[in-house]
Amino acid sequence: MPQKSYIEAIRDGIREEMRRDDRVMILGEDVGAKGGVFGVTEGLQKEFGEWRVLDSPLAESLIVGVAIGAAMNGLRPIAEIQFQDFIMPAVDQIISEAAKIRYRSNGDWNVPMVLRSPFGGGVHGALYHSQSIEAIFAHIPGLRVVVPSNPYDAKGMIVAALRDPDPVLYFEHKRCYRAIKGEVPDGEYTVPLDRARVVREGEDIAIFSYGMMVHASLEAGDRLAADGFSCEVVDLRSLRPMDRTAIVASASKCGKVLIVQEANLAVSVASEVAAIIAEDCFDSLDAPVMRLGGPEIPAMPFSPPLEQFYLVTPDKVEAKLRELAAY
Amino acid sequence: MAMTRTETKARAGLDAETLRLMYRHMLRSRLLDERLWVLNRQGRAPFWISAEGHEAVQVAFGMNLKPKYDWVAPYYRDLALTLVLGMTPKDHILSVLQRAADPNSGGRQMPAHYGCRRLNIITTGSPVGTQLLHATGIALASRMRGEDAVTLTSIGEGGTSEGDFHEAMNFAAIHKLAVIFLVENNGFAISVPWQKQMPTQDVADRAKGYGIPGVIVDGCDAIACYRTAREAVKRARRGDGPTLVEAKVLRLTSHSSDDDQRRYRNAADLEADKERDSLHRFKATLEELGVLHPGDAEELRSELVLELDRATDEAEVSPFPSADTAMLHVYSETGD
Repeated sequence: MPQKSYIEAIRDGIREEMRRDDRVMILGEDVGAKGGVFGVTEGLQKEFGEWRVLDSPLAESLIVGVAIGAAMNGLRPIAEIQFQDFIMPAVDQIISEAAKIRYRSNGDWNVPMVLRSPFGGGVHGALYHSQSIEAIFAHIPGLRVVVPSNPYDAKGMIVAALRDPDPVLYFEHKRCYRAIKGEVPDGEYTVPLDRARVVREGEDIAIFSYGMMVHASLEAGDRLAADGFSCEVVDLRSLRPMDRTAIVASASKCGKVLIVQEANLAVSVASEVAAIIAEDCFDSLDAPVMRLGGPEIPAMPFSPPLEQFYLVTPDKVEAKLRELAAY
Repeated sequence: MAMTRTETKARAGLDAETLRLMYRHMLRSRLLDERLWVLNRQGRAPFWISAEGHEAVQVAFGMNLKPKYDWVAPYYRDLALTLVLGMTPKDHILSVLQRAADPNSGGRQMPAHYGCRRLNIITTGSPVGTQLLHATGIALASRMRGEDAVTLTSIGEGGTSEGDFHEAMNFAAIHKLAVIFLVENNGFAISVPWQKQMPTQDVADRAKGYGIPGVIVDGCDAIACYRTAREAVKRARRGDGPTLVEAKVLRLTSHSSDDDQRRYRNAADLEADKERDSLHRFKATLEELGVLHPGDAEELRSELVLELDRATDEAEVSPFPSADTAMLHVYSETGD
């Protein structure tokens, strides 16, 4: 099976779906001739033309608002927001409109739109090219929020997102783009948008994570394995809806839980996972649920020592796992 | 003084049948509007937000669109527009009474949050201006499929201060999309007068910045509204791109049933507006042209009131949504 990078896998999924379904189009800044600032849409305008891979003006509310309208009139648009940090002007369109259109029309209208956006730090992107603000959207009923962590899921989930009748926010950790490679089948397949996946089975500690942090968790788990501790690593994949069954199964099985994310912890994805475990796994726990995430500062600073201070690294995950193992 | 059909056409540029239909639509909306106010004041409906004074331009555009083929992204004052396109007084009474059969939202949204898929009227929420971008996206989809469907979207002059107004006009103009931006300028955004909303008197001036036509029409002159609408729709349909139409309309009522405009508008102005009411003015014109004969208007009114009475009776016995339906339609239940 061919090895592909995460970014190639996303592009393959989009390209194949655009070939199969001429309703699929892309709207965003620099998505055309440049192929996106990270290169996700490279070559697509050449193959599909300027209408289907359409460079938008520099206006995020427009990108999402126009995509919503196009979706209501029969297209399957992909709205690309260049960095998750710049999504703010579009939040009214996402939360007030896309998320509520099916509900407020009593099922008369729906918005089959995919919003793609890179997030996450560790690329010297400073405050406004590093944020992880997915929790804002995971709070909102009516949206689906997914974060693939590997190339196989990246392709299968972008295709599933494009076939879903509701708005899907598809967030890509930008450090995964080229760092993460894996086997990706040629041809058509989908990955469900509402299921977590046990990436590695284990007995002692369940680690719940998503995006790039799945890889930090796997690496840290490896280091503990050498000392006889086995970690189960669960990739949440979908932040809304959250796969409660999978979370409860792994937490109950291991009895000890660490939740790892890059975002700061207060009122976050980790908070929700911890709440689910508190509600459903009380009798199975052998230790307090622990969480590891970014600090409570507004965003990731630029200078390397400051950036490193913010980032969740395999070393930090390992330290937390040892604390939990010793409890 | 009665005129021949030819003379009428020469004066109005419209045949008598069109003029009569236009008056009927305007009166029907006004009578429904008045009924909804009554239901509110009787305590049977918690909220209403009126279209009184806006009817002429809405009817003009509605009559120039092809229902179910063209698209409409309306705002909360577009009662008359929705009626012309095929919604019914009963539909809106059901909405005001929050009944399950309300086709706009099944009783989920406040009244005047219009939407009807069958008629290509998209669902609207409460944030102001978002619909302009939806209209632009709808027109983009039509354009990409090579269809000549026209998309009409509307907003008050207050809404033109929102960023989405600029973003939508800019994008629609860049791609020459078949969108008509109708600004129903009644001079007040709730209580804030236009002088505190914008530095220039005419919203239409802003069209220059996008290289598209900006047209001002007297929203109290139904015939002028009709001609303006016809031209804007033709222009959009033949692929010449968007038009910004500014209709100077009157807000004959308070902003909503929760507002009292006497607190911020002077009594003389309110009286003067009543004199300028397009409905009365149009009736006088049609009588002068001989399109309406003595007694016609009264007969029409009786017919429409009867329709309203029936609609009200039927709506009042229509059931409320049951609480267990509140969890429905968050996501697709069928996967499509």
